[in-house]
Amino acid sequence: MLDFLARLLGRESPGSKNIAKERLRLVLIHDRADISPQLLQLLKNEIVAVISKYMEIDDKGLEVSLEHVDKQVALVANIPIRKMKRVANI
Amino acid sequence: MSEVIVVTSGKGGVGKTTVTANIGAGLAMLGHKVVLIDADTGLRNLDVVLGMENRIVFDLTDVIEGKCRLRQAMIKDRRFGESLFMLPTAQTKDKSAVTEDDLRNICGQLREHFDYVIIDCPAGIEQGFQSAVAGAEKAIVVTAAEVAAVRDADRVVGILESKADIRDPKLIINRLRIEMVQRGDMMTLEDMHDILGLELLGVIPDDEAVVVATNRGEPVVVNEQTVAGRAFRDIVRRIQGEAVPLMNLESREGFFNRLRKIIGFR
Repeated sequence: MLDFLARLLGRESPGSKNIAKERLRLVLIHDRADISPQLLQLLKNEIVAVISKYMEIDDKGLEVSLEHVDKQVALVANIPIRKMKRVANI
Repeated sequence: MSEVIVVTSGKGGVGKTTVTANIGAGLAMLGHKVVLIDADTGLRNLDVVLGMENRIVFDLTDVIEGKCRLRQAMIKDRRFGESLFMLPTAQTKDKSAVTEDDLRNICGQLREHFDYVIIDCPAGIEQGFQSAVAGAEKAIVVTAAEVAAVRDADRVVGILESKADIRDPKLIINRLRIEMVQRGDMMTLEDMHDILGLELLGVIPDDEAVVVATNRGEPVVVNEQTVAGRAFRDIVRRIQGEAVPLMNLESREGFFNRLRKIIGFR
């Protein structure tokens, strides 16, 4: 059915609808999870602080985001490690 | 077996009232007994869309205050025999005049006598919305293929499911501009399905005939010559349980393109 609809109307095109769709996708993730970008930033800072106690991380390559799969939202963190610490720095 | 359906959208101006009027008239044309409730107290419009604005004596708030009986406030649309009734609301009061319990109670009474009770919900998600959805067991979410309307529709779906316990609302995409979809400047049905994850009840192409019909106070569904009229007829048949395929929107456009070429207008 959806393929049929896609053929009917949804030919991939460079039009502005793709921008709309992508923006909506991001906005709805936050709306549905009820979490603001500021809150996500705070969360990110704390995650970095905790993990930094145990390992040296590359905070430039760090990514923390909410992703939407079916009807669920997942918190996905990609944290590149430079090296492990031998002694906890607490 | 009667159904109580609320027509909602979150965002204003996407066509809730037009959809309510046309679904009601369409179901009445198929022989169902239908009552439409205008729950947009203070900003009522179902009366003008149906051309019944001069026939209102009592309204929903009079019923609630016990100034009249429910039957006295209901207006029969004579164009549809004994099939279509409308229960107007007050224009000079505000949303606080109608509570969730009031509408639950009135819907409960009406469903004894009608096949379909359809509620025209106000925009927003505040008190008026909450009252309007309280008596309903099903919902139709009307949206347009635009970011603001889709975002609000998604919010409303979340609230319907979590607070009003209305599962699986159905989607109507109103005022779809086929030529914009074809050149990639408007989201497709598939895009909308991807984003909202709702079952599609129907698509109403943007059609000037809707404005003309509203000017005259007659629902466009009556006129089978119009694209919007046919789209509403399909929606109504789906509501009564038939599996009706989506109308072929592209061939319509193709026809017009061919016509334009024939008459050399491009």
